[in-house]
Order: sequence, then structure tokens, then C-alpha cells
Amino acid sequence: MMEIFGLLGQGFTVALQPFNLTLIILGCAVGLFIGAMPGLGSVNGVAILLPLTFLVPPEGAIIFLAAIYYGAMYGGAVSSIMLGIPGASTAVATTFDGRPMAKQGMADKALTTAALASFVGGTISVLLFTFFAPPLAHVALTFGAPEEFALMMLAFATFVGLGGDDLAKTIFSICIGLVLAAVGLDIMSGEPRLIFGNITGFMHGINFLVLAIGIYGIGEMLWTVEENAKAGGKSMLSEATLTWARTKTNIREFLGTWKITTMGSVLGYFVGILPAAGATPGSLMAYGVGKQMSKTPEKFGKGAMEGVAAPEAANNAASTGSMLPMLTLGIPGSPTTAILLGGMVIWGLEPGPALFESHPDFVWGLIASLYAANLFAVILNILFIPAFIWVLKLPFTILAPIILTLCLVGGYAPTKDMHDVWLMLLFGIVGYLMRKLDYPVAPAVLAIVLGPLAEPAMRQSLLISSGDPMIFFTRTYSGPIMVVAIILLFLPALMPLFRRLSGKKASKAEGGAS
Amino acid sequence: MLQRRGRTLGVSLGMVGATALVAGASSAALAEFKPQKPIEFVVMAGKGGGADKAARLMQSVIAKEKFAPVPVVPVNKPGGSGAEALVYLKGKKGDNHTIMFTLNSFYTTPLRQKGLGVDVTSFTPVMRMAEDTFCLWVNSDRKDINSVDDFVKAAKAKGKKWIMAGTGKASEDNLLTDFLNKAYGLEMKYVPYKGGGKVAKELAGNNADSTVNNPSEQLGFFEAGKTKPLACFTDERIGLFKDAPTFKEIGKDFVYYMQRTVVGAPGMSDDAKAYYKDLFTKVFNSPDWQTYRKKKALQGDALSGEDLMAYWKKERDVHESMLKKMGEIK
Repeated sequence: MMEIFGLLGQGFTVALQPFNLTLIILGCAVGLFIGAMPGLGSVNGVAILLPLTFLVPPEGAIIFLAAIYYGAMYGGAVSSIMLGIPGASTAVATTFDGRPMAKQGMADKALTTAALASFVGGTISVLLFTFFAPPLAHVALTFGAPEEFALMMLAFATFVGLGGDDLAKTIFSICIGLVLAAVGLDIMSGEPRLIFGNITGFMHGINFLVLAIGIYGIGEMLWTVEENAKAGGKSMLSEATLTWARTKTNIREFLGTWKITTMGSVLGYFVGILPAAGATPGSLMAYGVGKQMSKTPEKFGKGAMEGVAAPEAANNAASTGSMLPMLTLGIPGSPTTAILLGGMVIWGLEPGPALFESHPDFVWGLIASLYAANLFAVILNILFIPAFIWVLKLPFTILAPIILTLCLVGGYAPTKDMHDVWLMLLFGIVGYLMRKLDYPVAPAVLAIVLGPLAEPAMRQSLLISSGDPMIFFTRTYSGPIMVVAIILLFLPALMPLFRRLSGKKASKAEGGAS
Repeated sequence: MLQRRGRTLGVSLGMVGATALVAGASSAALAEFKPQKPIEFVVMAGKGGGADKAARLMQSVIAKEKFAPVPVVPVNKPGGSGAEALVYLKGKKGDNHTIMFTLNSFYTTPLRQKGLGVDVTSFTPVMRMAEDTFCLWVNSDRKDINSVDDFVKAAKAKGKKWIMAGTGKASEDNLLTDFLNKAYGLEMKYVPYKGGGKVAKELAGNNADSTVNNPSEQLGFFEAGKTKPLACFTDERIGLFKDAPTFKEIGKDFVYYMQRTVVGAPGMSDDAKAYYKDLFTKVFNSPDWQTYRKKKALQGDALSGEDLMAYWKKERDVHESMLKKMGEIK
């Protein structure tokens, strides 16, 4: 234990050098901006800035890029809340409640919650990282395909199992997302799937952002245009006010969500350290579990503060977590860490179990910089809230073209292919119709994010076991995860049965306590 | 606005290029080619993979040493085992600002997907930057396996339950697994994963019995003592793994390399060809690239022009016969 403090202290002497500190602050600011722009996201931001980092020593380089990654996690919530467009897959879950809150004129509350929850998530996860890195690296190493699939099942189950929406429509929506997720190369057979002959635009699959920006961004805009026309052009995108008194209330209310925020932080961190899972499943699962824990689950999806706190704490925690497999296994835990790994090659470092011993300055400097990055990111974010609120006060007629432009750029940026922009516009119309017909759109987005992770994991497992599904239940980690997932999945089917058995009166009384 | 300006600039440049081409294809007084806009560097694989890392290293070297007056911008097109990238480059005929970083799917993908209509010999050879090597790896926990003979014995005993993890169907790893199965009468089961790093981790975490990773993918685990190479598919032993023999030494004459090559769009002008050859010769000779080659145990000299084209033709034929033997193509 003392040894860790010594190493961490050494790390701080690296991170707090004036030059590195400047890099942290600069990185947080750049990240905040990049994250807030839909479609830019931390992956592209880090990739674009990577070649600049040869100008500074490796410690400074990783500190700068990690600060961008970190800042972007904060910024991602901004576009989710204000525009209803998740800028990155990690911010999808934040849209579910952040957007309704903004529409109800509580954008300030949502933004404050997101910033503070991110801070708590980030801090808890860095603490966990500092003290429990090596043993957790071992767990991450033994995680194979069956465990990965079990984890994805759990992510799906926390969602479906919560019910709320029409179950048939939810499943329909998930299926649409899964079909879209299947487009592109099938790594198991090496053959392209669903590419409609040889349309090259489908060969890279359908990027999550194309669907998310289409459905949320374009679809939402069409919806607002219609409302605006009905209201005689007076409707605003969202109303918001900001006063000191309101901010104090917001902070006090946020403190009330401490249980859910802590849960999100810890869950996010553990999901984040699992290779290939990354921050997205972590934040979605935190949202699902948060709803289970909440005293008012019926408010989720309609503007619950807890629904913003849980995923925001989780995605920041997971982004720290995903640094662990990157450093110790050389496996990226998220797309952004994949780029950071490339950076380590450029700086001449070899990620792997030996890195902690061979380059303590680099590793501990990075860990220490995360503490500092967290602090600066939350300060910057809170300072910027008034500016964000001001933007929201612009009339819809001015905001709409700006949002549309952001959407188009966001659809183009990840793959640099116009095909995806057309596809995104099409999804916009589909999203609008789905909303009109009262189909939930979130499950489709969830499926396109998790589908490409779940499918190969399932097929690899079954290939290993020669088709025996018991492989998911007989292994140390996958067994328990799978059982919990199945219980959660069938919860909505069992609940009515349970209620009928225990009588109507009891169920009414228990409504709030469960 | 910016975009429109860029496009008109591109069009006029294209026209200038075309006129120049018509005016003096054989003239020695040809104006020296200088890139006028950012060079698009297509990567035939996803972000964070081995090819992507090498491409970004080259980008950094070019920027750091100021080898080029314009930025080099990597664009990942991993779709369809590189099919997307190949079709894209094919469509850039005559473009002097698009180059691509490629690997062995350069041969296998057009062979397997004839419908793409891609003929790799129509592309402009720029420079082979290295050849990556392959070794047979097992987890260090397997104290009973210290040679290929031990490996064969253990794999035979487990039959179809022996898991060989690799990077995708009909990939380099799959070809090598097939070779091992045939050469030693084994029935190893090949399980495809996404990316060599993932494959390496499956072995280190004991979720697979063996792999045929590139040294660079296993290096981290090897240095930590988690995995060990048994033999390599090379002409000579690899410096980093002195104890691992080549398959040649143990009686199976089989060597296999993966190219790390820069290729240009079809129909690139001669002066552009000369420019890129010069550019990547500088990159090749830079201390950063040489250090990288050494650290990652890369082999293969720089190869360009006609020599590179001859190498492509030879390798394509080799891959065609391998894929035929596998039954992947007729």
C-alpha cells in the first residue's frame, strides 16, 4: 500500500509539472469541445491530434490525449442533453433522460447533474485504478468470448427487462437494430452480409452514429418542425433559465442521487476494464440498473435526474477503466484507447504486463494526470453551462440549420463516405415515423451498439464448444452473469404473475418500495 | 465555402495534370510533382490494428521530419476484409493524391470476391516498407510443450477440441492453421477473432490453445513471460526469439510473410510515382522506422517499381494456390 502511495506521488511530480499541467487543461478544453460536437467524438479528436504529440515527451503526449478523451466524456453529455443527439455511443444513455429534462426547461439541472456525476464517476474510478489495477488486469485477461456474450446479454436484459414501454414494440425495435448491426463483414465466415449486391458503402457496416444521429438528430428536428408549425412558429427547441438559487437546488438534488451515482461509477469501471466492452455497454447497464434501484422508476425516460447521473458517472468511470487493458494487455477497451495504443507505438513504448515496471513514470504520470484532468474538466464544464444555456435560448429558426449542419458533419466524419450521410437522412425519416407511431427508438440504438459485440462473441463460444450452449453457464465468470441476465430478461413476464399471486392491494402498496 | 473552393481547386489541378500528361509523357523536362493538397492515406484495416499503427507512425515521421509539404491523412476503410478500400482506390484512377497502406488481404480479397473486379496489378507500386513474420505460439503455462513435436503430440491428443485462435476467416492466420493441420495431420479448430491483439490476449488468458500471431502482437505477453514461440514461418531465426527454430530447420519447408506496403492509385503519373518513391525511401531510412522494424521483428527490404510488381504477381499466385487447396475458391 505504501508503495502505491510512493509511486502515485512520483506520478504527481510528473503530472503537475507546469508544462504537463498546461497540457491537461488544454486537453480538457479541446476534449470538451470535441465531445460536444456530434460525430466528432473522442475517437476522431484523438486520431487527428495524435501526430502532434511527437513534439512532447511520451508522458506529456499520453497526458494530453488522455485529457482529451476525458474532456470528451464530459462534453458528450452536452449535445445529448441540449440537442438530443448523442455525439458518441457513450452518451446514448444520457439522451434518454437528459433530453426530456431539457425540453421541460431543466437543461441547467441536467447539465449540472451530468458534470457532477462525471466528476464522481471519474474520481471513484481513478481511485479504483490506483489501488486495484494488477489483480483486475488478471480478471480482464481471463475474460473470453463466453463471458463477453454473457455481459452483452446482461446489458440487453437490463433494458428489455425493465418494460415500461410496450414490450412487443420494444422487441421489434431491438430486432431492427440487430438487423442493421449485421450489415457488413461477417468475421466468422469472412463473407460480406446484406450489402445489396456490391454497394461499397455497406461494406463497412452501418456505423452506430449514422443511426443515432439520424433517429435522434434528424428525426427530432422533423418532430420539432411539426410542433413549431402547429404553435405558429413560436415554439422553442427547449426553454432554460439559470440562476444561482436554481444551481444551489440542483447541486442539493444531485447529492440525493449519491447511491445511484456511486453504483454507476463502480459498475462503469468494472465493465470498462473488460476488453472490447468499453464505456458504451457500461453506461447503458448503469442506466438500466439505476432504473431498478430508483424509488421512482416510472420517471425514467421522462426526465429523471437519476437517469442522467447513472450513465454519466458510468461512462467516465469506464473510460478510466478502459485504460487498464490498454496499458497491461495491449488490448483497447474502447475505440479511443485503440488510437492511444497506436500512439504508444509511435512513442516507442510496448504495452503489456511489464509496462508498469519498465516505465513507471509513464504509467503513474498518466494515473496522476487523470486526477487532475477530472478536476479541470468539471470546472471547465460548469463554467461553460451558462454559455450552453444561452445557445438554447436562440430561436428554433436559427438553431435548426446549425443542428442540421452538425448532423450532416457527424454522419460523414466517422467513415468519410457520403453513402452514410444519405443513409442517415433516411434513418431520420424512419425515426420520425417511429416516434409518430409510438415505437421506442432507444432499443434500436442499443441493439446496433451491442449487436456487433454480442454476435461474434456468441458464435466464437459456440464454435469452441461445438454448438453446446452450456459453455455460457459452466464457466466461472460467465455462468453467474448469464443467470442474472436471464432472470432480468424474464422479469417483466414474471412480474404480473407475481402481482396476481400476491393480490392487487399488496402490489399497489409495494409500488413505491420495489 | 471551403469545400467548394477545394473542389474547384481539385478539378483545375486534375486538368493541369491531364494536360501535362498529354503534353509530355516522355519529355525529360516534366515539371517535378509536388502535392498540392493533403495526401489521403487509405488504411486497409480498422483503427488500432497493426496496419493502422504502422500507417500512423509513418504519418508522424513524415510530419516530424517535414518530408512532405502537405499533411498525410490516414483514412480507415476496413470494410469487407479490405474490399471497400480496394474498390475505393480503384475508383481513384489517375489520382496523384491517394495512396494506400496494404497487407496480404490485398491478394486474398480480390481472389475471393471476384465480383469486385479488382486487379491488383493495375495499382501503382510505391514501396514495400517491411514484411511481417509469423510464429506458432502457446501459453507459457503449458510446461509440457517446448517444441513443435510436443505441440503436435498435445494437439493430436485433443483432436478437434484444440482451439487455434486467428484473425478472421481465410486470413493469413487461417492459411497457416490449414498448413499446420495438413503438414502434421492435426484437426485443430480455427476460431476467428477481430484483430491480432485480441487473438494474442485469448492465448495469454488461456481461452485458446495456440495462435500464429505476428511477433509484434505477442511481444507484450512474451516479455511478461505469459506466452512463448515454438517455431517461426521465416527463412532465418528471428533475433528476438533465438530459441525458436524456423519450420525450415525442422523439416517443413514453409515460409510465409505479410507485406506492409504502400500502394498508389491506378494510373498515377510518372512524376508522382517518383515523388512517392522518394518520400517513402526517406521514411524507410528514418531512424524511427528502422527502430520500429527492429522492435517489431519486421523483415523484408524496401522494394519498389517493377520489383514490387513482380513480387505482387508471385505472391498473388502463391495465395491463389493456397486458397484453392483450402477450398475457399475454385
